Amino acid sequence: MTETRHLERPAEASTAATGPADLPVHPLYVRITHWINALAVLIMIGSGWQIYNASPLFPFTFPNSITLGGWLAGGLLWHFAAMWLLVVNGLVYLTLGLVTGRFRERLLPIRPGEVARDLGAALMGRLRHDDLARYNAVQKLLYVGILLTGVVIVASGLALWKPVQLRELAVLFGGYEGARLVHFFAMVAIVLFLVLHVVMALLVPRSLRAMIRGR
Amino acid sequence: MRRLPPRDVDAGLLIKDAARLLPNPSRRLFLRHTASLGALALLTGCDIVDGPSSEKALRVVSEFNDWVQARLFNPNRLAETYPESAITRPFPFNAYYPEDAAPDVDEDRFKLVVDGLVERKEPWTLEQLYALPQETQITRLICVEGWSAIGKWTGTRLSEFLRRIGADTTAKYVHFACAEGYSVSIDMPTALHAQTQMTFKFDDQILPTKFGFPMRIRMPTKLGFKNPKHVIGLAVLNNYTGGYWEDRGYNWFSGL
Repeated sequence: MTETRHLERPAEASTAATGPADLPVHPLYVRITHWINALAVLIMIGSGWQIYNASPLFPFTFPNSITLGGWLAGGLLWHFAAMWLLVVNGLVYLTLGLVTGRFRERLLPIRPGEVARDLGAALMGRLRHDDLARYNAVQKLLYVGILLTGVVIVASGLALWKPVQLRELAVLFGGYEGARLVHFFAMVAIVLFLVLHVVMALLVPRSLRAMIRGR
Repeated sequence: MRRLPPRDVDAGLLIKDAARLLPNPSRRLFLRHTASLGALALLTGCDIVDGPSSEKALRVVSEFNDWVQARLFNPNRLAETYPESAITRPFPFNAYYPEDAAPDVDEDRFKLVVDGLVERKEPWTLEQLYALPQETQITRLICVEGWSAIGKWTGTRLSEFLRRIGADTTAKYVHFACAEGYSVSIDMPTALHAQTQMTFKFDDQILPTKFGFPMRIRMPTKLGFKNPKHVIGLAVLNNYTGGYWEDRGYNWFSGL
């Protein structure tokens, strides 16, 4: 099995064999932007829940103990400060991911057959993570999905912030109220991803170490 | 927390001279300080992230956001208008006081005080204001809390009024003072926007008490709290005066 992988990815296989000089699983820019993003996302979620509580879309509110800001104005201050961190850091990450070819190399192609096969294996607890630099089809799908969700939550957030100046963007989400719903459900998707992502990192601690030390 | 009791709602307060109405810098500074003390007292957990020092740092970013929003603001871009059928009924009441505490402004004693960088400072009676050219807009009011509602407002363009009082439209701000002690200030480009209105009617009826009788300022390009009700004073200024909620932490520009 590993032999086949080496055949498929000769460049990395050969560098892996050379020892100390080999490429890290995650280059430095990925690790830095990952942890900045983690901080920004937690601030955006905590303050977003605070803002949600001021006028709940659904018949529930988030417990105050897990919201950020103390009250609506505090939540808004956090949200509209951390948005810069989220967006600037996200743009750096997306630009480098596209320019260096990392996205294409790591995340594509995604084949439905492989997704079904790997999902089955994952549910049976048989999916292996021998090579952290090689994502299985389920990982690829989820990572691409979360990147797109990130684009959607930022775009819908911009539509909510500037529904008049960015009216065309708001129209894309069905107007201001539509953008509120999209923004909320994108948050739900991100929270679900986050739970799964953290559980997986704890189940495969090497992956957490790779995101800190690079390998 | 967001519904603080109104300060001194009594009839004696309603007609005041311009000196008392309009902001003076030392009073503002005092308010700013008490506001942050109030915020400190209201913090229950008092952890670092919710503490006053972090809010202070965050307000610096909020001021940067004011700057960004002023640049994003296109004076020629209109907010979407809607058909009659889209009007939200009943239209929600929202203020920092309960509905029955809305100030009862005596229309016979009412005078709109005008001050600051204007050529004509004579106060305006309601009759004089009603005689100004009026137009109607059906637009969406978006609250800082997140909800929105579509309403129908009728009144005079603020830009038209500013022209008639000979306002210096190169000044930075227009400040509004309200009967119950509320205040708000806005940037001049928004004050001159075609949809920024001195509103006298809501849904074809004389503005009811709960929606700001006798006059509110309606701006579909700003969040609801920037649309002051029961306006009794207006000043054209170059110095920043903040506002009731802005002093407590809401973003000042709050443009849409």
